[in-house]
Amino acid sequence: MGSPMKIRASVKEGVTEIKVLMGHEMETGQRKDANGAVIPAWFINEVTAKLDGKTVMQAQWGPSISKNPYLAFKVKGGKAGDKVSVTWVDNKGDTRTDEATVT
Amino acid sequence: MDRASVGIMAFLAVSAAAATAAYAQKDAAQEGIEAYREALQDGNPAELYEASGEELWKTPGGPKAASLERCDLGLGPGVVRGAYALLPRYFADTDRVQDLESRLLTCMQTLQGKDPKPYVEASFTAPPKEEMNALAAYISGQSRDAPIAATPRHPKEQAMYELGKRMFNYQGGPYDFSCATCHGQEGTRIRLQDLPYIPGAKGAAAGWGSWPAYRVSSGQMWSMQWRLNDCFRQQRFPEPVYTSDATIALSMYMAVNASGATMKTPGIKR
Repeated sequence: MGSPMKIRASVKEGVTEIKVLMGHEMETGQRKDANGAVIPAWFINEVTAKLDGKTVMQAQWGPSISKNPYLAFKVKGGKAGDKVSVTWVDNKGDTRTDEATVT
Repeated sequence: MDRASVGIMAFLAVSAAAATAAYAQKDAAQEGIEAYREALQDGNPAELYEASGEELWKTPGGPKAASLERCDLGLGPGVVRGAYALLPRYFADTDRVQDLESRLLTCMQTLQGKDPKPYVEASFTAPPKEEMNALAAYISGQSRDAPIAATPRHPKEQAMYELGKRMFNYQGGPYDFSCATCHGQEGTRIRLQDLPYIPGAKGAAAGWGSWPAYRVSSGQMWSMQWRLNDCFRQQRFPEPVYTSDATIALSMYMAVNASGATMKTPGIKR
């Protein structure tokens, strides 16, 4: 289920800028806890963004991305009122989708 | 002009140049830090904790299955906007000066029927304190850009301010440290961290107005209670009890000194 994302999307001169803040531990699998045991890897490995239902970005992520990732990108097109949805899937199969409206 | 004078003048010129370079270097480093914070502010992960805190605030819980939305933080039951900027303050129902965290515990107890003990005793990274930190992020975020206006009127508020001042200057522990050791002079620094001068209005605003804050280096959201706990640790003092009068007194001292400035919560730190 994951914790809620913060998505901001705004359009300017025909270009929509989308900024996403995701809450995730992004554990690399190389750290050890106080007892010396390796903490299992746990990270987002797929990110998909849609603008009005059409996929505009897909990313394959690995453990090198740090905790609470911040993602920002621009796409041509889009207008105020369009819906932006972002979905992530992590290596444990957990997934989260959140939506925002372009302003 | 004799040779010795020329030599001395040359030395002075070189020294002045070196000093100028050093000063410029300091400014550049500070500018770099500020630019870094400004860039991170755009995607401050504290917003994630604000969202979690809001969910906690609105979700019924505890034996009475009630939410915290009836909690009176000083502006009437359920009023959140701007409330943090007025804390700490006196509350008649508890006959006590309270900060945000202690007030939240009161509401958890009275509205939800929860026992505050596990929240007080948990470590700051354990789930009960994580809840408190998220709630602190949410409530303080609702005071962003609000004027800080902690004004000691009630006698207990005034007493708390005076206690906070005494504690700020109290020296003790194996190094004879006090809060004032680090935050009691203008223009001091630890490595690249400027140390706000808390007795002054500007320094108090920098210190009080930017906490709770997200700590980038550890990926954690810290409340002011957590920050104060860490100050005690660095002074090698005994660990203060969470939401004790000692911690509230220090918060009162900082908040009153900062009055008139603007809340910047939630902040972002190294």
